[in-house]
Amino acid sequence: MDEINSLMHGFSIALTPFNLLLMLIGVVLGVVIGVLPGLGGANGVAILLPLTFSMPPTSAIIMLSCIYWGALFGGAITSILFNIPGEPWSVATTFDGYPLAQKGRAGHALTAAFTSSFIGALFAVVLITFLSPLVARFALKFGPPEFFSVYLLTFCAFIGMSKGNPMKTVVAMMLGFALAAVGQDTVTGALRLTFGVTELLKGFDFLIAVIGLFGISEILQTLEEGLEFKGTKAKINMKVVIETWKELPRYWLTSLRSSVVGCFMGIVPGGATPASFMSYGIAQRVSANGAHFGSIDNPQIEGVVAPETAAHAAGTSALLPMLTLGVPGSPTAAVLLGGLLIWGLQPGPLLFTEQKDFVWGLIASMYLGNIAGLIVVLTCVPLFAAILRIPFAIVAPVILVICAIGAFTVHQSLFDVYLMVVFGILGYAFKKLDYPLAPLVLAIVLGDRAEESFRQSMLFSQGDMRIFFANGLVGGITGLSLALLAWPMVATLMARMRAA
Amino acid sequence: MNENNDRAATSVRAMEIAVALFVFACGALVVIDSIRLGVRWADDGPQAGYFPFYIGMILCISSAVTCVTSLMNRALSAKVFVTRGQLKLVLSVLVPLMIYVVLIKFLGIYVASIVFIGWFMLHLGHYSWWVTLMVAFGTMLVFFMMFEVWFKVPLPKGPLENLLGLA
Repeated sequence: MDEINSLMHGFSIALTPFNLLLMLIGVVLGVVIGVLPGLGGANGVAILLPLTFSMPPTSAIIMLSCIYWGALFGGAITSILFNIPGEPWSVATTFDGYPLAQKGRAGHALTAAFTSSFIGALFAVVLITFLSPLVARFALKFGPPEFFSVYLLTFCAFIGMSKGNPMKTVVAMMLGFALAAVGQDTVTGALRLTFGVTELLKGFDFLIAVIGLFGISEILQTLEEGLEFKGTKAKINMKVVIETWKELPRYWLTSLRSSVVGCFMGIVPGGATPASFMSYGIAQRVSANGAHFGSIDNPQIEGVVAPETAAHAAGTSALLPMLTLGVPGSPTAAVLLGGLLIWGLQPGPLLFTEQKDFVWGLIASMYLGNIAGLIVVLTCVPLFAAILRIPFAIVAPVILVICAIGAFTVHQSLFDVYLMVVFGILGYAFKKLDYPLAPLVLAIVLGDRAEESFRQSMLFSQGDMRIFFANGLVGGITGLSLALLAWPMVATLMARMRAA
Repeated sequence: MNENNDRAATSVRAMEIAVALFVFACGALVVIDSIRLGVRWADDGPQAGYFPFYIGMILCISSAVTCVTSLMNRALSAKVFVTRGQLKLVLSVLVPLMIYVVLIKFLGIYVASIVFIGWFMLHLGHYSWWVTLMVAFGTMLVFFMMFEVWFKVPLPKGPLENLLGLA
């Protein structure tokens, strides 16, 4: 087994005292980021990215990915104790988590959430370990048309899988592409959409967009609710943990199902948020206790298990396409991808042959980071909950300052800080009107490369679109993309026919 | 909160239409600039505006559809986008935030941040002077150590740092 050998080699890289320390720092920072309003996985990593420029890439990605795991864990704490989803993917966790906390079972709900998250992540990491080398080997044969079809699949998946209005997904995505086009054209060198503004010559950096869209906008939205947080207290001791662990094996089928749903949505990439809702919905329909899901009188632990497992599985497996194809499955994966480029690593299939140490060190650190994460959150919940008790009038301005510093350090440019505020206002309006932000961010990241692969393919074929159906592989991916694109229309039609 | 604060500042419908129009304008801008760059084929392949042109077109069409559906959906005008009280709270942070980012250029990020955190705590949090000063100075001292000393990432500085010889 090649993969096992590589993984063991990865452990030997990840298991240095320095990297273990970074892992611990990353997880703790991540949970803090996940708990605080306005700082989440994506913008937390974006803000800290410039601080890692001087580190060795393997150590840097270990720390940043651990921040991501930590943030995934942290989202559950606020959902269960405060009924505030710290991250969009933990919205579904509030349905049963908060009522459980109100009934005095906060410790059980938290233990169930953390353990399920861990299981979901573990499932996804095992999948990454064995599947990603295969995907990478396969992707070595890809040319520009194949890559463009993969990008197309990514974006069509967003439209087909989103729960909301598909038109709004298209708007968000195209806005991202338009923002990506600003600046110098990579092929001809012509200046596009700059309108004589010198600051726009280098284009929009998606890290700035991420900080504004996810950070500033969230603070603005939180402000609407006023400056107070009301929450329940939680104590986790060994007794509660063991009690919950005894109960959890009963839900093995839910866990397995949610892991599969999560991994699928993470790779495709529908993302962690729809994965958590989907998995909650399925569990509600098939579980024997489904009728009690989300009830205030009899909330179900299973209702915490399903969304948390799926969200963590999706969040983790989103790294698979990022590593193997250079196509991130979530905004945070996109930020990590940006990091790879800055550290001078080219994401994509070649990474697995040329940067073995980096890839396997990272994969090994996923195992270790999630174990570290589980231990940290189980032991330190009261500490993290205390962070939320710091008055918002202190936390909010400090977070805004952190966002401003983060935006500045990306390019040492004040113009970026102004842009961040503009993106913050845009994000506030978009969030309130249910425009999805993830496709916007991914389009900014992938826009240039999607365009490049499209133009290269067009050059090969002299403008003939049939190149995207030229062979079974590219035709299959393109066909699947178009099917996903048409799915919302088909679904509405089917619903109408059933109603008639 | 009094009654006035619970009244709607804008409806969801108005906001939907405003955002759709804004997006449409962006799309139109992209299309116009792409036409300037050329959207056809040159001898060496597609011109620079080839790809963005279609992006702009889709942007215009999809926002037009959103705009029309919102126009036809009268129920949306009853839905509140933001109440007056909420808008006041949001603006009470957004406006200072804008002033803050402009101030960075003149005062440097450290002094501007102290002013911003201080203003926030005094006016919105109603903290006493000395608590405010301690938090604002303490936070920025930590950031100064972190960025300037440990990670050696220089942040914008202003007249105060020049005076102290830290710049």
